Amino acid sequence: MQNEWPLWEIFIRGQHGLSHRHVGSLHAPDAETAVRNARDVYTRRSEGVSIWVVEAAQITASDPDAKEAMFEPAEDKVYRHPTFYDIPDDAGHM
Amino acid sequence: MYAQMIKSEATDEDPEKLAAFQARIDAGEKIEPKDWMPAGYRKTLIRQIGQHAHSEIVGQLPEGNWITRAPTLERKAILLAKVQDEAGHGLYLYCAAETLGVSRDELTEMLLDGRMKYSSIFNYPTLTWADMGAVGWLVDGAAIMNQVPLQRTSYGPYARAMVRICKEESFHQRQGFAIMMKMAEGTEAQRRMAQDALNRFWYPALMMFGPSDKDSVHSAQSMRWRIKMNTNDELRQKFVNESVPQAKLLGLTVPDPELRWNEEKGGYDYSEPDWSEFFAVIQGHGPCNTDRIEARNKAWDDGAWVREGMLAHARKKAAVRVAAE
Repeated sequence: MQNEWPLWEIFIRGQHGLSHRHVGSLHAPDAETAVRNARDVYTRRSEGVSIWVVEAAQITASDPDAKEAMFEPAEDKVYRHPTFYDIPDDAGHM
Repeated sequence: MYAQMIKSEATDEDPEKLAAFQARIDAGEKIEPKDWMPAGYRKTLIRQIGQHAHSEIVGQLPEGNWITRAPTLERKAILLAKVQDEAGHGLYLYCAAETLGVSRDELTEMLLDGRMKYSSIFNYPTLTWADMGAVGWLVDGAAIMNQVPLQRTSYGPYARAMVRICKEESFHQRQGFAIMMKMAEGTEAQRRMAQDALNRFWYPALMMFGPSDKDSVHSAQSMRWRIKMNTNDELRQKFVNESVPQAKLLGLTVPDPELRWNEEKGGYDYSEPDWSEFFAVIQGHGPCNTDRIEARNKAWDDGAWVREGMLAHARKKAAVRVAAE
């Protein structure tokens, strides 16, 4: 059936100042309907105060097969973390 | 459990790739949609998640049957909310299945033409208001037994859908038990109605876990892949152990003369359901199979003009927007 409604990815921002977070997807004919449907499917119990919808076909994602090339370079850079540095307790909270 | 008798697909791929895949699962890693996976894993999951989704959707019918006849406005609002949740659960699961490369319409078609199944339990009728209690307490209770461990299943989108579903499922079971409490504490006629609902739903609820382990041929591969977390009999035993004291609390009798506490195994001995009935229901010969599929077909056909109209409207609006740019 080529008349299937497009797929939308749904992002919800909760009440506690966190960013919008991906919660799932749904089908809708257009963006406005996607927002309305997202309210019913994903916020039945006050899960959010803001909804973003993005057509799934519009998302560009990193290649899972290139995961190592993409993310491994960060792994040997331990000096980017505060725990890398030995600071005497006398220096106070830092 | 909303998924019964899921046939595991054999896989004949590069043994090295298969071993690496199995190692990821054994290490507790989640498999994500774009990751390499054996064709059998994909196919088995589509079948399992699809059947689970269909069960949620068809599961709306026996309860929808009582919305207009709920005894109070509050009970009606609660039942509406529960049935709406079931629709939501179906949608979460369809989305998870779609990440495996099957389309929503394909899944719907396979339900409507009988190529895909839904849980046997929804082929039983809901004859009285007490059935709304028994369904929430026992049917949702049995579903929870299976769904809680599935939150740790290896396929990421399925596990995440399960987390959302489990959060909502506890409301379903508690509202059902609350109905049973009210009925069991009511008049003699109400108490009898509650007992009758338990009598009719007990064995169909036990069947939800699927055939006995000795007849369950598809478990081993699915358990290695962590898309099945416990054997059918393990979950069934757990369900019996939890439900029997709850029935006692209600002052109702589980319809099984063989039911006995077995100190040695730390669980109840119980009678198995009539498996010939189970297989008959699965094959389409339960009391409501025809009604359920007819209702789904009717909803799909009657909704066609709405789906087409909304899509035509959206396309027209998009064309106007492009023309204006």
